[in-house]
Amino acid sequence: MIMENQKLAKQLMKKSKTARYERFGRLLSLSALLLIMAIVLGIIVFVASKGLGTFFKDGISFKDFFTGTLWNPGTKTPSGQQAVGALPMIVGSFLVTILAALLSTPFAIGTAVYMTEISPKRGAKILQPVTELLVGIPSVVYGFIGLSVVVPFVRNTFGGSGFGILSGTFVLFVMILPTIVSMTVDSLKGVPKFYRQASLALGATKWQTIWKVVLRAATPGILTAVVFGMARAFGEALAVQMVIGNAALMPQNLTSPASTLTSVLTAGMGNTVMGSLQNDALWSLALVLLVMSLFFNLVVHMIGRKGAFKK
Amino acid sequence: MNRTQKQSRFAIACLKAVAGFVVLILAFLIGYIFITGLPNVSWHFLTSPAKAFNAGGGIWIQLFNSFYLLVLAMIISLPIALGAAIYLNEYATDNWFTAAIKTSIEILSSLPSVVVGLFGFLLFVVQFNYGFSILSGALTLTIFNLPLLTRNIEDSLANVSDDQRQGGLGLGLSKYETIIHIVVPASLPGIISGIILCSGRVFGEAAALIYTAGQSAPALNFMDWNPFNIDSPLSPLRPAETLAVHIWKINSEGIMPDLTQVSSGSAAVLVLAILIFNLSARFVGRKVFERMTSVK
Amino acid sequence: MQNTTELNNKPKRFIYDFNPEETEITMQTKDLEIYYGKNLAMHNADLKFKKNTITALIGPSGSGKSTFLRSLNRMNDGIATVKGEILYQGVNINQPKIDVYEVRRRIGMVFQRPNPFAKSIYDNVTFALQRRGVHDKKTLDRVVETTLKQAAVWDQVKDSLNKSALSLSGGQAQRVCIARALAVQPDVLLLDEPASALDPVSTQQLETTLRELKKDYTIIIVTHNMQQAARLSDYTVFFNMGEAIEYNKTRKVFTRPKVQMTDDYVSGNFG
Repeated sequence: MIMENQKLAKQLMKKSKTARYERFGRLLSLSALLLIMAIVLGIIVFVASKGLGTFFKDGISFKDFFTGTLWNPGTKTPSGQQAVGALPMIVGSFLVTILAALLSTPFAIGTAVYMTEISPKRGAKILQPVTELLVGIPSVVYGFIGLSVVVPFVRNTFGGSGFGILSGTFVLFVMILPTIVSMTVDSLKGVPKFYRQASLALGATKWQTIWKVVLRAATPGILTAVVFGMARAFGEALAVQMVIGNAALMPQNLTSPASTLTSVLTAGMGNTVMGSLQNDALWSLALVLLVMSLFFNLVVHMIGRKGAFKK
Repeated sequence: MNRTQKQSRFAIACLKAVAGFVVLILAFLIGYIFITGLPNVSWHFLTSPAKAFNAGGGIWIQLFNSFYLLVLAMIISLPIALGAAIYLNEYATDNWFTAAIKTSIEILSSLPSVVVGLFGFLLFVVQFNYGFSILSGALTLTIFNLPLLTRNIEDSLANVSDDQRQGGLGLGLSKYETIIHIVVPASLPGIISGIILCSGRVFGEAAALIYTAGQSAPALNFMDWNPFNIDSPLSPLRPAETLAVHIWKINSEGIMPDLTQVSSGSAAVLVLAILIFNLSARFVGRKVFERMTSVK
Repeated sequence: MQNTTELNNKPKRFIYDFNPEETEITMQTKDLEIYYGKNLAMHNADLKFKKNTITALIGPSGSGKSTFLRSLNRMNDGIATVKGEILYQGVNINQPKIDVYEVRRRIGMVFQRPNPFAKSIYDNVTFALQRRGVHDKKTLDRVVETTLKQAAVWDQVKDSLNKSALSLSGGQAQRVCIARALAVQPDVLLLDEPASALDPVSTQQLETTLRELKKDYTIIIVTHNMQQAARLSDYTVFFNMGEAIEYNKTRKVFTRPKVQMTDDYVSGNFG
């Protein structure tokens, strides 16, 4: 009996093939994950080291870069400094982003409220696929439509060439709309049912319930949605580049040709030599884009932490 | 009817109008693209190469490039995304490491694609010296694709009932065997839908490609399928302008006389392809599920 | 007055002990303590399980009976902390050196909800064997036939072995799951409320199956259904509040319980 026990114990203690396979598999999936992490770190490190070169290698001051309004790297400004003032692009990027968000948010919230509060059936059947399709349309197609519809429209209505901040805003408005809608829908759906029932039971109208209870409760989620939309607008390259006019000038008005960080990057990167000041300056723009993207992420995190639903 | 009720009615009418407006936007977009574009799409358009200076060019090579890049990017990203999703959904415990990884995936997914493209340019085109090529493009698209694909697969895995995992473990199988052979097959409908959805996104992406896969589509010899020859369609080191890049390129600096026709035709083909991807994502996933639960 | 005295005379716990000379014990727990985090979920559960018998674990929900069962083949690894000894044929399997996969192969488990894999019936049964390197078609065919017959579902599925197991009814699926557990040749079978998702007819068929299987296996079954425990098992353990309160021959537990709490529970006056 004891002999048998020892035999069994030995069998049970032998490390089986299964155990080795488990360790192997776990390691394999972990390494896939680490690879993704390494890529993210790689992107940040590469773009940062390239982008900082303008300041540390080429000796451009942060002040000149962020406040200068003349962008023509390689040449000098009338006052003798390098012409790497990125302010026009930074202003351009922020302008189109903020304007598009301002325009998009009411429409997005309205649509989302319609989908969750007023007609969930039609919301699921028509508007859900519609927003999914809008997300799916590639940005070059938005750019193409911007070029062939929005720019002529702006030209005929407001005068000028039609290229500029306004056209960019219109294009981005449609592009970020579905992003904000679908995320707002999620946060509205997260509002517990009894909030609505309680409000209606107190005699509030449907609209009062939506306005004072549901939207109020979903505010953190809606804010997150808007920030995500802004992040998308800020980083959008080709669609904006196709309609904004690509003039690295401070925008005089909404219909004068302007530029954004992304538009200058896409238009310029191919025409510069690696390592030159012209090229380094472009990488600095990319770095600004990257930092802004990280910033948007941070904001989303902060909203999430503050406004998480307590159930 | 009192004032608040009137107000409520009015507000709700406004909301309906807004929702209707959004539907109209999409209807207009799709309508515009197809009405202006489809008349320009012909067999000849789909099967002949582009022309830079003359009218009558097609999009055959761009179309081929788009699909080739898509397939390559998917082949590279699928195992990575699957591995990452498996770890996140099955192994990761709630600690700082998991939080750091989740954050980095979020960062990657919200990174502007032009930044991803520039990174690809720096790393693959310049550092690894792959040049403007299919390879650089596919690797960059992989980076672009990884976060969303990972999340899609993660969600599909999470949808598989825990009973399945218990069943595998109860038979004395390792966790990993259980995941690979039981959980993943059970989540196949969701994973396939996710892959198709991601394909649509990858197919339409241009900003990540203009400085990695390049903006030119040299003539290809479609008789030569040896990937080591530079004019073979399969050659990974040739530059490859995709359909999406083509639309951007000709609209920015195209000079052919039939520019409008070519770009509207290309846009129609691109959107049509994406529509097919989107619709089939639902359909194929459901079909796979039906197959799995019924008679083989 | 007399009632109270009688109540006081009854023991708080009663655990039946086997005569070690006469009986072969397949599984035994010693000084078992199970923790969820810092919460003690189970203690006072030193039990022995006799070979080729059916032992039923009963008790209200939350009594710890499932937790106990899942510890027996280390299914609580990574979920709960299990202290003490779990002896399987005299070998303590609750120690780090033990290969948990081999343990689970020998101590099979069937779950509450039927959980067939998204594979054919044939592959459901043979999958674990194939993973262990058995690929000989003849062997696999034989295993499929024997185990499905043992699980009493062969006649219903023999013509559709290539059909997806997900298309089976609950009762059939559960029996395919039993066949699946039998295919890796365990000698203990743990069942965690295997009939709770089944209709009465399927339940009855399942019980008949288990009675047959007793000849070759040691069976431990968690059930919330007292009639089932009474009908099916040779021994019964009553759990409450994370303790084994009474362990005795089934007949005795249900007719002459030694502990008042057991009496209350089996006569439906519990709570």
